[in-house]
Amino acid sequence: MTRPAPALLKGAAALVAAALVLLNLGALGAVAWRAEGGAGWGAADWAALRFTLWQAFLSAVFSVALAIPVARALARRRFPGRGALIVLMGAPFILPVLVAVIGLLAVMGRNGLLNDLLALAGLPRLSIYGLQGVVLAHVFFNLPLAVRLLLQGWARIPAEHLRLAAALGFGARARFRHVEGPMLARVVPGALAVVFLICLTSFAVALTLGGGPRATTLELAIYQAFRFDFDLGRAAMLAAVQAGIGLAALLLLARLTLPEGRIAGLDRDAPPPPGGLSRVTDALAIGASALFLLVPLAMVLIRGLPWLGDLSAGVWWAALRSVATAALSTALLGVFAGVLTLMALTRRWPEALGMAALTASPLVIGTGLFLIVNPWVDPAHLALPVTALVNAAMALPFALRALLPAARRAEADFARLSASLGLSMAAHARLVLWPRLRRPAGFALGLGAALSMGDLGVIVLFAQTGGETLPMQMHRLMGAYRSGESAGAAVLLLALSLGAFVALERIVGGRHADT
Amino acid sequence: MLTLEGAEIAQGGFRLTAELSVPEGARVAVMGPSGAGKSTLLGAIAGFLPLTRGRILWQGRRIDTLAPAALPLSILFQDHNLFPHLSLFDNVALGLDPSLRLSPAQRRAVLTALEETGLSGLEDRKPAQLSGGQIGRAGLARVLLRARPLILLDEPFAALGPALKRQMLALVGRIAGETGATLLMITHDPEDARMLCDLTLVVAEGQASPPAPTEALLADPPPALAAYLGT
Repeated sequence: MTRPAPALLKGAAALVAAALVLLNLGALGAVAWRAEGGAGWGAADWAALRFTLWQAFLSAVFSVALAIPVARALARRRFPGRGALIVLMGAPFILPVLVAVIGLLAVMGRNGLLNDLLALAGLPRLSIYGLQGVVLAHVFFNLPLAVRLLLQGWARIPAEHLRLAAALGFGARARFRHVEGPMLARVVPGALAVVFLICLTSFAVALTLGGGPRATTLELAIYQAFRFDFDLGRAAMLAAVQAGIGLAALLLLARLTLPEGRIAGLDRDAPPPPGGLSRVTDALAIGASALFLLVPLAMVLIRGLPWLGDLSAGVWWAALRSVATAALSTALLGVFAGVLTLMALTRRWPEALGMAALTASPLVIGTGLFLIVNPWVDPAHLALPVTALVNAAMALPFALRALLPAARRAEADFARLSASLGLSMAAHARLVLWPRLRRPAGFALGLGAALSMGDLGVIVLFAQTGGETLPMQMHRLMGAYRSGESAGAAVLLLALSLGAFVALERIVGGRHADT
Repeated sequence: MLTLEGAEIAQGGFRLTAELSVPEGARVAVMGPSGAGKSTLLGAIAGFLPLTRGRILWQGRRIDTLAPAALPLSILFQDHNLFPHLSLFDNVALGLDPSLRLSPAQRRAVLTALEETGLSGLEDRKPAQLSGGQIGRAGLARVLLRARPLILLDEPFAALGPALKRQMLALVGRIAGETGATLLMITHDPEDARMLCDLTLVVAEGQASPPAPTEALLADPPPALAAYLGT
């Protein structure tokens, strides 16, 4: 039973589809065409490819391995602040990368807390730059994600199995072998794949903590070929390789069942947790992970807040540009996600199209767009609209993941009732779909705004001096060793990202939209 | 009169045929084993499933080609008869105007329907704040308000306890009596059929048989129904 889509919606869907196809395939085509005429593939390029894969592998292994004890402790212990900690585990997703990097530098950088302590103890200072820094930052972002994915695995262990384990007097080893191990064997591969994929397209972290011949990712190499050598052929060739990896990853992704984002059944009654040594290890796991996540953020606030009043005009202008870009990006995301969601109720292609951006690399798309517009317009004029557009496309998979299940459920539950009462498409959308969708829509738009606000990616290819967004301006300040002002700008960026997220979630999502 | 002429519904490997008619004003129980196609039959009459062959007529006019809302009938499903985010008033008012722009007279009609179904004073409640019985009444209030000549019930009261279900069926009987509507009602319980329905229609082995007097049918059930009832 399908309602025919109105002509207006069909037209809009065709436009959105054309824009996304052009963005994904057009940019790739431009890259591929230009890459053929490029210079040879050199030793530095091999090194970039190797480093990209190696750091993504290490980041995935460390994130997931460290997440296992944390997730287990969170799953079986009840303590005050547990709910807040689980919510905090979702926060790095909307945290601007540069804010986290500045926080990590404040703790583990050359003049950070940790090195000061080491120096006091008479030990040599550690360097955060290079492979260890890149992996550390990736673990900072992806450990919480891995914890949330694994927590779902624990939540899905049937309560009867836990009771049975308790009734049979399983020790830690037997419990792991018969209950937790089999669950982990199902969940861990998916979690590893997700983190690996995310780290494959790492740019901002590599830009700030990597660099040099031994710590350059492909994305960073694209940027350097662009910015320092203005070698478009080489940038295009690197982009083609990055796109190839993305495609391979897409195929890998299609074979694995990915864990879902929601955590259900987390607060059910569990049998009393084991005591003894495991109490200590659980407390350690929870305490260490909380410190690892909170101390860098606290350091950003401590160092940055005093600077807020002394930020230069350049920072404020950059902030204004970031807000404008995020607003445009969020509006585009709203149109893309809205149209694709409505079309996806009766067809399959809108979802596939929206998800395609999941493995696309912003720098590859940026390179392609640069090649396309360069002969016609000065790319610097298009820096903000292009950034908004690319960010909207990048946030689209997450928006669809939030919206589509809710839309499909609303349709499955109420399409027949709507039809039997004779609701028109407009009345159906206003009275049935919107009330069911405004909560996920608020979340999706808030996410899109926060991601766009904090993004340091495609903008660096397009913007010239005087056209920076706030993250780009922060990068400039860090490069000029103005760490105080960069921390101040980080506080501003953090406030803008979180503010945009919370505001949109509240305003669009409404307070009690669901029931 | 509702007539199914050589009607056939095929879905995957499943096939249901019907050659029958229901006199106007009759109350018909639809009985048969699970999975035999009772819901399929009602779904086809209500316009949700296309016929692969044959046609459906109401008072001699072909209706299986119409959109669900244009059919001369109201249907209550097993579940999801109310929108959880709309108030009770709005849920019932949808029966008069699907865009919820009501004239004062229409508002009064909604209030009257709520009163007649014992729901006065609950207008502003959301479905989550209503009991199972009240939710059942709300669906019936809308049926009453729409006053279509045919009422289809796809077990909307299956989740209610016996006493509450009997109350609901009594209300159904009253509404059908007031509006003179023809009733088709799926049920698993012969007592329901005895209480409300003069006729019973058996769906079994891929076929919907013409309705027959309930008492006689239950006293001497055909083999498929006998096996189902365990008599």
